[in-house]
Amino acid sequence: MAQAFYWDALRRAHDEELANDPLVFAIGEDIGLPGGTYKATQGLFEKYGEHRVIDAPISENSYTGLGTGASMTGCRPIIEIMSVNFALLATDQIINAAAKIRYMSGGQVACPIVIRSPGGVAHQLGAQHSGRLEKVFAGTSGLRVVTPAFPADAYAMLKTAVRCNDPVVILEHEAIYNLKGEVPDEEHFAPLEGAQVVREGSDVTLIGYLMSTHWNLAAADKLAEAGISAEVIDLRALKPIDGETIRASLAKTHKAVIATEDEAPVGMSAEIMAVINEQCFFELDGPPVRVTAEDVPVPYNEKLERAAIPDADRVAGATRKLLGSS
Amino acid sequence: MEAADRRRLLGEMVFARRFEERCAEAYHHRDIGGFLHLYPGQEACAFGVQERARPAYDYVITGYRDHVHAIKSGTDPKAVMAELFARETGCSRGRGGSMHLFDAANKFMGGYALVGEPFPLALGLAKGIQLQGTDQIAVCFLGEGADNQGTFHETMNMAQLWELPVLFVCENNLYAIGTSLERSTPVHDQYKRVQAYAMEASQTDGQDVDTVMASADQAIEHVRQGHGPYFLELMTYRLRGHSMSDSGRGYRSEDEIKEWMERDPIYLFRDRLIAEGILTEAEFEEMDQGAQQRIDDEIIPFAEESPEPDINELTRYVLDDDPGPALGRVNEGGK
Ligand SMILES: Cc1ncc(C[n+]2csc(CCOP(=O)(O)OP(=O)(O)O)c2C)c(N)n1
Ligand SMILES: [Mg+2]
Repeated sequence: MAQAFYWDALRRAHDEELANDPLVFAIGEDIGLPGGTYKATQGLFEKYGEHRVIDAPISENSYTGLGTGASMTGCRPIIEIMSVNFALLATDQIINAAAKIRYMSGGQVACPIVIRSPGGVAHQLGAQHSGRLEKVFAGTSGLRVVTPAFPADAYAMLKTAVRCNDPVVILEHEAIYNLKGEVPDEEHFAPLEGAQVVREGSDVTLIGYLMSTHWNLAAADKLAEAGISAEVIDLRALKPIDGETIRASLAKTHKAVIATEDEAPVGMSAEIMAVINEQCFFELDGPPVRVTAEDVPVPYNEKLERAAIPDADRVAGATRKLLGSS
Repeated sequence: MEAADRRRLLGEMVFARRFEERCAEAYHHRDIGGFLHLYPGQEACAFGVQERARPAYDYVITGYRDHVHAIKSGTDPKAVMAELFARETGCSRGRGGSMHLFDAANKFMGGYALVGEPFPLALGLAKGIQLQGTDQIAVCFLGEGADNQGTFHETMNMAQLWELPVLFVCENNLYAIGTSLERSTPVHDQYKRVQAYAMEASQTDGQDVDTVMASADQAIEHVRQGHGPYFLELMTYRLRGHSMSDSGRGYRSEDEIKEWMERDPIYLFRDRLIAEGILTEAEFEEMDQGAQQRIDDEIIPFAEESPEPDINELTRYVLDDDPGPALGRVNEGGK
């Protein structure tokens, strides 16, 4: 088992899938000759050529639509959108077209596209480069939405997404591409559904995804120093959400803290709370707590930026408060 | 074109006209719901181009005014009417409706409600053709109003940049609902707009099916031979309102409507066949009667008698029926 960077795990998945099927192609801005903003396609332009690793003009909506149209003929495009903020320009093709074509056609026409796009707050990128738009995609019928938080998941979920017959949105994170982790050497595929317990504990369940999973893991370390045993659930998929894994954990801990990088209003935390309410209510000792971003465009100033977004300390603090008062 | 083929083509156009008129009636009887956009006046566009392409081999994609493009692609008119009646036997199993006809077997890749949305999808169909190495082409029919969308410019740019096999047919009927061409863009000739992207383009009378076929031959040859995309602008007119909720008056003068009625594509073609001596007035009447009879005796009853979708299948077709591939159950060694 080798250590790999998150970006390199993605690159390997691209490489294997391009090699496996001549109808797989990648398209996005600067992904070909320049090697990719995040290096997720580095070296593949040289290996597979300009028809299969395609540098697109800055036309997010239309090259996403190109991918969808090609998928309707049997191709399996991997579409990279440089930033999820830019993916808003492609929402017509993603939400009105790709997500609905199978249904509108009565099951005749599948759209097996993969859309990869990073979001989240990196470092002082300003309000227009710090969007967290998971609520947009996770609220759309006909899409699958996954959020690989670790290199192994990035590799194995991208591979499954390419083989999956549904449109899959993979939300990545600007600040995770250089994370290193174990990725098994042999080819493998991860399911696009199902949460994972990434740390076992007995006193409280910390629920998150993507960046907030990393806060939750760090918070669990801090809480352990104070003698609190926190279980950490990485949701991995935001559509569909795996309520059963949450329920099994809450049956043990009876307490839930939800951490998300997005704002609270109509955000992922609201949906996770609803899932808990509907599926786990009787496992709970008290109301779940959520730790979310402030309801504000993300500011440039570093101090303000940090204040706008949660972190491990805030998760640990909210957890201590929950345990102290319950 | 052989005399028999010319008569057949006229027959198809007459059938399409009667089909659309019957849809309007069914709409008034509430057998058809939602939005309904009809095609009378523009028949020479779909028939002229699709007659010269290869139906069920070349991909066709269009907007919401899609009944006739589907039928000319080879979709059974019974399945089209059943779709409008929201039946399980409809070409989209009653899930699509008038604006979302689909028939993958005949390479009819759908009608779409969002103006301009099919441009990139058509480009993608052409990309699929390129990677699969066939000599198919993708044909995209849209109105001139769609040319004011960003997707128009983005798509023309990429289509020409990558020289993909796609034919864009602009059915310029001079209006986008109630807003005229002159009131929505300073460039009235649509074919000139794509020339900014160095694309081959031309403009033709869209009421004369012979002219359309001749232009389509050139355009299709260009695309099929691998010379890249082509933009064919057809000057046409819709004789009815934009949809069932629009009278088509108000924003168009009676004189203008009358002028275009005199250039009705069906009568133009009928009169030419009569002048050529390959059709008589009586034969035309017979053709017309036959079309109406087929609709009333076969098509409408089929739609009426077909079952509605099973309510237990409400959420079927949202995702793949088989969750295996999404769960990572990949047949190793397979694709
Ligand atoms: C994105 C979008 N904006 C607006 C509409 C409403 N709308 C439906 S058809 C139409 C006019 C389109 O005109 P044109 O492209 O010329 O096609 P025509 O109906 O004349 O065939 C408009 C504005 C829509 N369906 N989609
Ligand atoms: Mg128009």
